[in-house]
Amino acid sequence: MKYIISIIKPHRLEEVRTALSAIGVEGMTVSEVKGHGRQKGHTEIYRGAEYEVSYLPKIKIELALEDKLAAKAVETITESGRTGQIGDGKIFVLNLDSAVRIRTGESGEEAL
Amino acid sequence: MKLYQKFALTGVLATAAIAGSDAAFAQASTEAPEDVKYILSSLLFLIGGFLVMFMAAGFAMLEAGLVRSKNVSMQCLKNIALYSVAGLMFWVVGYNLMYEGVVADTGWMGTPTPKVIPATDADAGSYAAGSDWFFQMVFCAATASIVSGTIAERIKFWPFIIFTAILTGIIYPIQGSWEWGAGWLNGIGFSDFAGSTLVHSTGGWAALMGAIILGARAGKYGENGRINPIPGSSIPLATLGTFILWFGWFGFNGGSQLAMGTISDASSVSRIFVNTNLAAAAGVVVSIILTQVLYKKMDVTLALNGALAGLVAITAEPLTPSPIMAIMIGGIGGLIVVFAVPMLDKLKIDDVVGAIPVHLLAGIWGTMVVPLTNSDATFYAQAVGVIAVGIFVSVSSAIVWLILKATIGIRVSPEEELEGLDKGEVGVEAYPEFARGGSAI
Repeated sequence: MKYIISIIKPHRLEEVRTALSAIGVEGMTVSEVKGHGRQKGHTEIYRGAEYEVSYLPKIKIELALEDKLAAKAVETITESGRTGQIGDGKIFVLNLDSAVRIRTGESGEEAL
Repeated sequence: MKLYQKFALTGVLATAAIAGSDAAFAQASTEAPEDVKYILSSLLFLIGGFLVMFMAAGFAMLEAGLVRSKNVSMQCLKNIALYSVAGLMFWVVGYNLMYEGVVADTGWMGTPTPKVIPATDADAGSYAAGSDWFFQMVFCAATASIVSGTIAERIKFWPFIIFTAILTGIIYPIQGSWEWGAGWLNGIGFSDFAGSTLVHSTGGWAALMGAIILGARAGKYGENGRINPIPGSSIPLATLGTFILWFGWFGFNGGSQLAMGTISDASSVSRIFVNTNLAAAAGVVVSIILTQVLYKKMDVTLALNGALAGLVAITAEPLTPSPIMAIMIGGIGGLIVVFAVPMLDKLKIDDVVGAIPVHLLAGIWGTMVVPLTNSDATFYAQAVGVIAVGIFVSVSSAIVWLILKATIGIRVSPEEELEGLDKGEVGVEAYPEFARGGSAI
């Protein structure tokens, strides 16, 4: 099992979700997050004084998937989340030791 | 001053219609009966008064929008409290200190006694005494509102309220008596129609002294002259507040005609509405264009300040300017704001909402240009008024702030400032999404 954390541009969320649904991903957790990568935010002006906005808004998508679907999901997110501009985000894949469905107590891949 | 002969015929018709009397035709008089004048003038005071009363809501929303979300409850509490304290103080001593027993053309103050509102049958004069008190009270409250925005996000509640009581009960009425109480400034020919100096600069001076004595917000000014902007929590609220203030200003300036019993008065009030709106609009357009040119982006908060600066600037004389002059006066008000806001930051005077550029500087500008359109005014008298009010209000405010600072203290603790005044002082958060109010079942 894999745990996939993707950081994407907020306005790509709908495309990514649709594409993931199409390949059979059934559940996901989405949060609004802030952060920066190599480009280090940007500058804004408020009442005549410049200031750095170090953290840009991003969307974090978390998926827990069986290995076979995980590889496909990473590919799908890469394609559907891409704009080609800086700040498109990153995908991190972790090994997942266990999973439990709270309602039934099922564990392992059955719980996904 | 206000003889509009061309309205003579219309006047006759209007008078006849109001009085319902053929006799009016026979007399060919343009005068409305005394009771009609009394009713219309009182109505002007009441309508103008409740428009200006609503400006308290405008100030509250403007300030709530320009402070951070952790200080919004405190700002709202301060605004409703200061309006109430002003309302009480202006009855207890303020009104009579400003208007009663001021020696004509030489007086420096009236008598600090409670305002007597006469019984209905005994309410003689050219308007209802209660309507006049109410109208003057809301101006006094506006003065106090100006102070609260500048010193937001770091002042303690109680010293602010004590200052407000002294400002609205003593400082504002004394300097007001010099001009509107027909005292010495009026005697030398000073002219301030609706209060660019008496209301706005007075509030501005008191705010400036408060800001200097209180110090800047934590983190506002960094090392090597670095200025760290602290963006407000809600641009929509700040915009709503500005529109409410603009709306209320028609009462502020229009009502300051102080009479509605003649054709000439009605025409003047209408002309004041036109000039007031033109000046505000010009202030907005100038600040939008200037911020676009200077910063390559338009700053909405400076556009909002631009509207208010235009309004403050036209307030000293909203009647005599031509429309073109009103646009010029208001437009330069907008220009003052765009340049004065960063200038204050360079001086490390932390004015959260821009009240000092808007009310003090645009107020001085508006007062000084009165002689350009009103031949009854002189630059000498205008300068004397600006300086005298400036010295009196600055010195008296500074003394009160310093006494408060030395005794009960005026500033919250550094920890409380970081945590937010909503938690530390009020105990009610404005936006408690992550507190119990938001998440509990």
